[in-house]
Amino acid sequence: MGVIAQIGQWFDQRLQLAAPVREAAEHPVPRNTASWFYVFGSAALTVFLLQLVTGIMLALIYVPSAGEAWSSLQALNHDVTLGWFIRAMHGWGSNFMVAIVLIHMVQVFLFGAYKFPRELTWIVGVFLLLMTLGMAFSGQVLRFDQDAYWGLGIGASIASRVPIIGPAAVKLMLGGPIIAGATLSRFFALHVFVIPGMLIGFVGLHVLMVLKLGINEWPMPGRLVKKTTYVAEYHELTKRNGAPFVPYAVWKDLFFAAFILLAIAACAVYFGPFGPTGRPDPTIIQTAPKPDYFFLWLYALLSLLPPSMETPALLIGPVVVIIGLLLLPFLSGEGEKSWRRRPIAVLTILLVATTLGTLTHLSGFTPWSPHMNAWSGDPVPQQFLHGSTALERQGALVFQVKQCRNCHSLGESGGQRGPALDSVALRLTQDQLIRQVIQGGGNMPAYGKNLSPAETTALVAFLETLHPVGQTPAHNAALDRGGSKN
Amino acid sequence: MSNDNTISRRGLLMKIGILFNGLVATALAVPIVRFLLSSVTRGSVNAYLSWIPVGRVADFPEGETRLATFRNPNVMPTDGKTVDTPCWVRRVEGNQFQVFAINCAHLGCPVRWFPQSGLFMCPCHGGAYYRDGSRASGPPERGLFEYPYKVENGLVTIQAGELPTPGSPTASLLKKKMPCGARNDLVSIEGGKLSASSGTNPLFGKKKTWV
Repeated sequence: MGVIAQIGQWFDQRLQLAAPVREAAEHPVPRNTASWFYVFGSAALTVFLLQLVTGIMLALIYVPSAGEAWSSLQALNHDVTLGWFIRAMHGWGSNFMVAIVLIHMVQVFLFGAYKFPRELTWIVGVFLLLMTLGMAFSGQVLRFDQDAYWGLGIGASIASRVPIIGPAAVKLMLGGPIIAGATLSRFFALHVFVIPGMLIGFVGLHVLMVLKLGINEWPMPGRLVKKTTYVAEYHELTKRNGAPFVPYAVWKDLFFAAFILLAIAACAVYFGPFGPTGRPDPTIIQTAPKPDYFFLWLYALLSLLPPSMETPALLIGPVVVIIGLLLLPFLSGEGEKSWRRRPIAVLTILLVATTLGTLTHLSGFTPWSPHMNAWSGDPVPQQFLHGSTALERQGALVFQVKQCRNCHSLGESGGQRGPALDSVALRLTQDQLIRQVIQGGGNMPAYGKNLSPAETTALVAFLETLHPVGQTPAHNAALDRGGSKN
Repeated sequence: MSNDNTISRRGLLMKIGILFNGLVATALAVPIVRFLLSSVTRGSVNAYLSWIPVGRVADFPEGETRLATFRNPNVMPTDGKTVDTPCWVRRVEGNQFQVFAINCAHLGCPVRWFPQSGLFMCPCHGGAYYRDGSRASGPPERGLFEYPYKVENGLVTIQAGELPTPGSPTASLLKKKMPCGARNDLVSIEGGKLSASSGTNPLFGKKKTWV
């Protein structure tokens, strides 16, 4: 017997782990589960391990103090050897982890893997998803920059809307009356001790159940799950058409895990670390905070919901979604597994993916936010001033100085908060323009207090010129008949 | 079974042991929970609020709105710059002020004042407010949060110390009514002055004009 085998035997006599490990590794799995569709769970675990390792490395340098966190991140980026790379790996790792967990969840949902007897595996998985998102948010806070500071304010504003306990929840979340040192410290504790500890426990439980209950067989249309017969059928399947997990299926997990790690490293090298953006100094107000990519859809949703629906949607929406996810295996714990015969399941995924994708896409150019610098940055395009009178030119000046362009675009430059005004004269008559400018409405502020009659006259004269060549501006037909002006 | 109703000495000792641990855990839970909730229980009596000067009256020209900063009264050694809080001070006329929190009443982003259009605009979700803090457009459901203020010995002093949030606008503690809807919807235009306006402001309950 070789020396290594002898050492191994010495340890196993004391640990007694070799037999159960071998049993777990070689447990038979249905042959058709050795598929590229079944690699996302192990990939999520791999990225989680990467996050643990890179997270511990970052903690060697990072200082969880509101006064020094930002500087310690700068030191990581610029002074510590390869600190930027570890930060980038951790940041990109978090993006990949959220994405892979979501893909894994979609695959499990579409393959009916949450059905009997794997209901609890799904429920634990739902908690793992929530913890992953908790890690993503708390991680963004630890990157204690302007985005983190104002992001906390947004979190506090949402928490404050909870009836009765809202104000207390805010102080509990912030660790005091304002966003300050205690806030960062408690998010550090959450991100580094509390949530990872729970994650390790829940991941262990999740994997244990996969081993005990067996991997979900490839769903066949028409092969229905019945609680009375499923377990026997599954054992029959693995006996008749099974293969040991190692090495029959594991090689695909190994290849995909390595590929994902390589992809994270490639993103880290190519794109570098995330931020930190500006110093977390609340007195620097020239900032437009934005969340990380996995919460961008929420950012868009909060801008687009009607004000009256916002608080109910914020407080009830997540509860409904989480309860729905938890109840799913109990509502459809039996029956068809194959997505080919579950059109509603497929449509649900498509609807959710399209919604989240659209909202995320919109958040890329924030059409709901005023362009704070448009009035001083984007000149009125020349074509709108050709052949204009002195009054109309004065109106164009008013248009610029009163910052109309922060919300309205002309010639495709300017804000998109309000409608583009390139052809506004086709839509509104002179009287309607005056009324809209002075009284506002339809989500536009009233400018009556801020414009003199002369300015209003000039502005409206300019707006009346905004129509395509050859098309007649809108006018009040009732006045035509009466024979009065316009 | 014969020993259904009997209890062994070991069994009793184990139960007493569990009970003993339960008592100790309960006793220890009291300081632990009090520690965890300390930031909540202290704030419930507005212990965080105090009067803080934001500048001399002379620093704020009449009819204008200026950014001021104050240091939050609740400071811990690790707070860094986070305790420096900005706010918008609007001197209406004389000793009449409005001091607005920097935080948008929607979700707390920092609003910016644009004197040219007479609006506060929020960069996050597009909220806008008039010069008197009332809501102009966008997602906010109310006007800007306002700090109670005093003018003493030529100093503008505000009552502050907590982050104002939609569910807990403590900044408006002393105000009976918020300026939401306080704006006159019927607009009167006075010639000559760029931003002239007159009307009754329910906040102060008297007729006034500002430039």
